[in-house]
Amino acid sequence: MESGIFFSDYRSDMALRRMPLQKVRTGLLLVGLVVFPFLATPYWLNLANQIAIATIGAIGLNILVGYTGQISLGQGAFMAVGAYGSGLLTVRLDVPFYLSIPAAALITAVAGLVVGLPSLRLKGLYLAVATLAAQQIVEFVVTHWDGLTGGTEALVVPAPELFGARMNTDGRFYWILIVVALAVALFAANLFRSRVGRAWVAIRDQDIAASAIGVNVFGYKLLAFATSSFLVGLSGALLAHYRSIVTWERFTIEVSISYLAMIIIGGLGTISGSFFGASLIVLLPAMINTLGRSLQDTAPWAATVLPYVQQGVFGLVIILFLVLEPEGLAKLWRNVKDYFRVWPFSY
Amino acid sequence: MDADVFLQLTVSGLSNGMVYALVAVGFVVIFKASDVINFAQGEFLLFGAYLAFAFIAQFGLPWSLGVLATLLTAAMIGLIVERLVLRPLIGEPVISMIMVTIGLSSLLRAVVNGIWGVRPKAFPNFIPSGEVEFLGAIVGIDRLLVIAIAAILLTVLTLFFRHTRDGIAMRAIADDQQAALSMGISIKRVLAVAWAMAAITAAVAGIMLANTVGVSHDIIFIGLRVFPVVILGGLDSVPGAIVGGGVIGLLESYTAGYTTSGLELIVPYIVLILVLMVRPYGLFGKEIIERV
Repeated sequence: MESGIFFSDYRSDMALRRMPLQKVRTGLLLVGLVVFPFLATPYWLNLANQIAIATIGAIGLNILVGYTGQISLGQGAFMAVGAYGSGLLTVRLDVPFYLSIPAAALITAVAGLVVGLPSLRLKGLYLAVATLAAQQIVEFVVTHWDGLTGGTEALVVPAPELFGARMNTDGRFYWILIVVALAVALFAANLFRSRVGRAWVAIRDQDIAASAIGVNVFGYKLLAFATSSFLVGLSGALLAHYRSIVTWERFTIEVSISYLAMIIIGGLGTISGSFFGASLIVLLPAMINTLGRSLQDTAPWAATVLPYVQQGVFGLVIILFLVLEPEGLAKLWRNVKDYFRVWPFSY
Repeated sequence: MDADVFLQLTVSGLSNGMVYALVAVGFVVIFKASDVINFAQGEFLLFGAYLAFAFIAQFGLPWSLGVLATLLTAAMIGLIVERLVLRPLIGEPVISMIMVTIGLSSLLRAVVNGIWGVRPKAFPNFIPSGEVEFLGAIVGIDRLLVIAIAAILLTVLTLFFRHTRDGIAMRAIADDQQAALSMGISIKRVLAVAWAMAAITAAVAGIMLANTVGVSHDIIFIGLRVFPVVILGGLDSVPGAIVGGGVIGLLESYTAGYTTSGLELIVPYIVLILVLMVRPYGLFGKEIIERV
């Protein structure tokens, strides 16, 4: 049990994980992640992979929305750019996936810069509407530029090969995704302790005050758009190689909305929140599905209303979190931690 | 370019545009009163169309009663939504407001689909559907009637804002909440009225759509089409919504008529971006957007 926070050198004071308990939790998490694929069924591995991809995308979106305060409804479009970018590089130019994925992420970052340009003049809901338009336009381009994307036809991406092994199973892809997701989380966590991260938070909290203390508001906004889109493009590219099929239906406005839901439910401006939110939004429909299937024998009508139940619950969860716990799952997790930190002597 | 093709496109564009205008007015009313962008406006529309379908086709009410029942139910839904979802969030940041209406849209959509399914329904049209010759071109009566009904309703709404107590209170709140409060205006009441009105105008638009294009799930997409309309006209301007609706409707209709590649799907959004870059407060909006 702790009785206070004492450090005798700057190194340990500035460490990412300062408390013994934090270190224990991080260790447990890492061990859990390594052990997980050996214990899990393919079903759970699939879900874990989806969560990993969604977490990367959610962290990307959180940089933009949660930390910099720029609302974006264009997540689906950025993921499309990443997915098609990497997919096309692999299919048309035979670029290996470990080069095509970063390249696609860079392309998405440039796209993010372009979409970010209106943020020079617009903020709040005007920016949200502008990104909504960008989303619609990218969707249109993807479905109508047959020569490049194949239009509404699916783009088939061959399974990637690494060290001579084909990464075509959930179990193998898991390792790629986990390494990338952990790297992204670590990168983001450190980013927010840096000059750049603090500048973003300053812009989010009060942009005029930020510019008064010398933050180049427009430059940092663009940087936020670029960094965010880089990560979102990364998750889109990973999704392309993981699914090995790219279709435009995976990148509609619904996707933008579900990612916004992830970071709202998880907690705006937190890394752990991105993970919690991604997990919930991935697991929720899966759980409802399982529930519906288990009811199939007793209540056959359950299967027919299943999609609507999923949709309704999705909406309901968003509303309930916003009304009851606007700071999201990350806050709930913090509450639990605070409770146990001094447990059983809470005073 | 044939003159009668042009006229037909104009009439169908205007009739779509007037539906957009009706939906947009609901949008504007809510924005004026509470600074909330309502992403669930398309679902209100959907609800209106399906409620009318339920009352008229399923319960067999005569259409006048059916329409009345639809409007009343829609108003109730608007009130309930305001009370349960929006009121707890007064004063929260923009992102929460946007997200809560998005959540709402998902929930409402699920309810509609859960009750009525997703397959298109046959609607017993009560707006006569024949064709007439109008200035030398053949146009549908239903289209002309839609334009007429929308024009009447929009005039009534404009008068409402000019001359009634609630309308003026709404404008006062849009202007300055604090000052309005200190003059004894009840914000709660005005917000409730705003949501009820938005639901009613959307329901009217839904009924019109049910008559002209049928009752189907696709109605939702009109909710997203409204963004170009309100941005073009100005987020807080009722005349702006009407003009914006007309312009976007015509633009879509002409691009659909004179080009082939489906461009009409994104032309409104291109207009939207241009307007945002040049004149973010729109044609008639109040110029209070904050610059950074």
